[in-house]
Amino acid sequence: MSELKVTPMKPRMQAEEASGAGVSIQAKVEAAAATAAINPEELRREHAQRQQEQQERIEELDRDTLHRLLYQMVLIRRFEEKAAEAYTLGKIGGFCHLYIGQEAVAVGALGALRPDDYVLTSYRDHGHSLAKGTSPDEVMAELYGKAGGCSAGKGGSMHLFDAGVNFLGGHAIVGGQIPLATGVAFAAKYRGTDQVTLVFFGEAAVNQGAFHESLNMAQLWKLPCIFICENNQYGMGTSLERAMSLQDVSQKAPAYNMAGEFVDGMDVLDVYQATKRAVERARTESLPTLLEIRTYRFMGHSMSDPGNYRTRAEIEKHQERDPIVVFRTNLKEKGTLDDAAMNDIEQRVREAVERALQFAESSPEPAPEELFTHIYANPPRQDA
Amino acid sequence: MPVITMREALNQAMREEMHRDENIFLMGEEVASYQGAYKVSKGLLDEFGDKRVIDSPITELGFAGLGVGAAMVGLRPIIEFMTFNFSILATDQIVNSAAKMLYMSGGQFKIPIVFRGPGGSAYQVSSQHSQAIESWFAHFPGLKVVMPSTPADAKGLLKSAIRDDDPVIFIEQERMYGNKGEVSDDPEFMIPLGVAEVKREGTDATIVARSLMVPIALKAAEELEKQGVSVEVIDPRTIRPFDTETIIRSVMKTNRVVIAEESHPFCGVGAEISAQIMERAFDYLDAPVKRVSGVDAPMPYAKNLEKLAIPDLPRLVAAVREVSYLD
Repeated sequence: MSELKVTPMKPRMQAEEASGAGVSIQAKVEAAAATAAINPEELRREHAQRQQEQQERIEELDRDTLHRLLYQMVLIRRFEEKAAEAYTLGKIGGFCHLYIGQEAVAVGALGALRPDDYVLTSYRDHGHSLAKGTSPDEVMAELYGKAGGCSAGKGGSMHLFDAGVNFLGGHAIVGGQIPLATGVAFAAKYRGTDQVTLVFFGEAAVNQGAFHESLNMAQLWKLPCIFICENNQYGMGTSLERAMSLQDVSQKAPAYNMAGEFVDGMDVLDVYQATKRAVERARTESLPTLLEIRTYRFMGHSMSDPGNYRTRAEIEKHQERDPIVVFRTNLKEKGTLDDAAMNDIEQRVREAVERALQFAESSPEPAPEELFTHIYANPPRQDA
Repeated sequence: MPVITMREALNQAMREEMHRDENIFLMGEEVASYQGAYKVSKGLLDEFGDKRVIDSPITELGFAGLGVGAAMVGLRPIIEFMTFNFSILATDQIVNSAAKMLYMSGGQFKIPIVFRGPGGSAYQVSSQHSQAIESWFAHFPGLKVVMPSTPADAKGLLKSAIRDDDPVIFIEQERMYGNKGEVSDDPEFMIPLGVAEVKREGTDATIVARSLMVPIALKAAEELEKQGVSVEVIDPRTIRPFDTETIIRSVMKTNRVVIAEESHPFCGVGAEISAQIMERAFDYLDAPVKRVSGVDAPMPYAKNLEKLAIPDLPRLVAAVREVSYLD
């Protein structure tokens, strides 16, 4: 059965005929289950086809861009591995949601942006922050709760912010960042700039009212906002199938008359190119897009999640398409990456992560008086 | 000075500020074409156009969050709730986003936004449309909460709220929009947030009243004067930041306090004021602090029951007599 649980790379089509009058709910469920069942052989063929597609995409990009994307993915992977270690050592507290397995999404999407574009995301935010350009030193120091952190030690893992690179957080109420991003895009349009706003959220956020309210407003007012659903197929321990009546997230775009696209989140270049198309639409036509980027997290929901709700076999199936391994292999096969270049990337990443750990260790704790700073921008009169 | 209604005073405040700063926009349900459900935004669409005066869908969580996002990158939104009852749908964005953004970003993102609209009791609209929820918002550090009781305060405080760099909850009393008073037409007329006003001086007892309770407290003071009791009426005007000093000074003078409020008593603003007086001026009290609050029941529809649910003149007079040990 574990074979059958593997999510196909192409979205299932909704059984349109099942919505007709006289069809029972049971019949709809059975029809959906029938379309969900896929053959492992078919899956292997699909993997091979996907590999071929990525190799074709490689030909369309220059070497520097390709290496930069690979570097960022490796950086996030190694950073997160060290964060996990630091968490188990008690250096990092609270909740810590790792991005391992999903690197291609943040890296591919943010690679399609201009530096002055805006990015917002959920609490699983380390990868996006790093890809947007926040220093790994400051991200790690924030996880450590240190004064040198990008949020001065007040936000922690779930609330990374970096105004300097237009990284607008790190928001920890599921779906809460989606209306915020809609407002950021509204402001860009109001001001007449051509900046684009990207907002990331998990598929579980799609069930929140905030998602639907935001998509409605964004299309109604033609806002340059790109809504990126990182569909990692689990909302904490609840599978997509147990939580969403219509599981093809990209199919929710037409409900708002919005452009929507399904993207393979294990292929950094598919993400890059799809986001480029959406950015172009936002920048030149001031129109929003919903991208469903199908991905998979290799770790638990957070560091405290033992992950009993999915099988080892299921995880391994997805690890076969590890976005970093796939990309690295394809680059090598295309002759765009040799061992020396790969070693160089690994070496630079190792140094950056090591530096980040040292910075976080040596950064001081926030001063006690910081407890009461930044509550108000215009603090109440002290003489009152 | 011109005499205008509270509604007109609020309208003037927004109009003047929107002329001053083009980063200010007004968004809410029926604020533009319909001219405002309570006509507070009358004429603003014609004056500023649909870029800056925007009718929203009925989607409170969405447009409240949109406002916060716009404020993150430098706009200064005025978000109108048709009534504060509907702000309940938007509390996640107000409490979790607006109030905490500056703090959790380590000071990087201030949120200059005003959430305004009518609140408190209305006329015979039953439980869901007639309630005072200021204590919810006042609970959270990061928010400022304002409740004007006169047209002049409404204008001066709203202008300050719009110029403030923090999120401000600005609650207008639904029954008071037609109240008239003298209001300055000086475009720089401002009333600072966090400063209480002594609305009437007195020596024997203090009534701390806000919003709809202020005119009732002033009537009670007149009534009590005839009975030989000199009552001081203090209107905090801003619930957060709260001007405790002005109240403590009054308590030191009168030694007796009645707190009047429309809201439910349990965990209300009156309870907070009472606690602060107890902590800071216990030795000056000659009687326990007395609260006169809305009843601890949802608002009923029937006219006779509704009347019983909201504090009125006789109850306020009786409370002052009680703390003065006159009965």
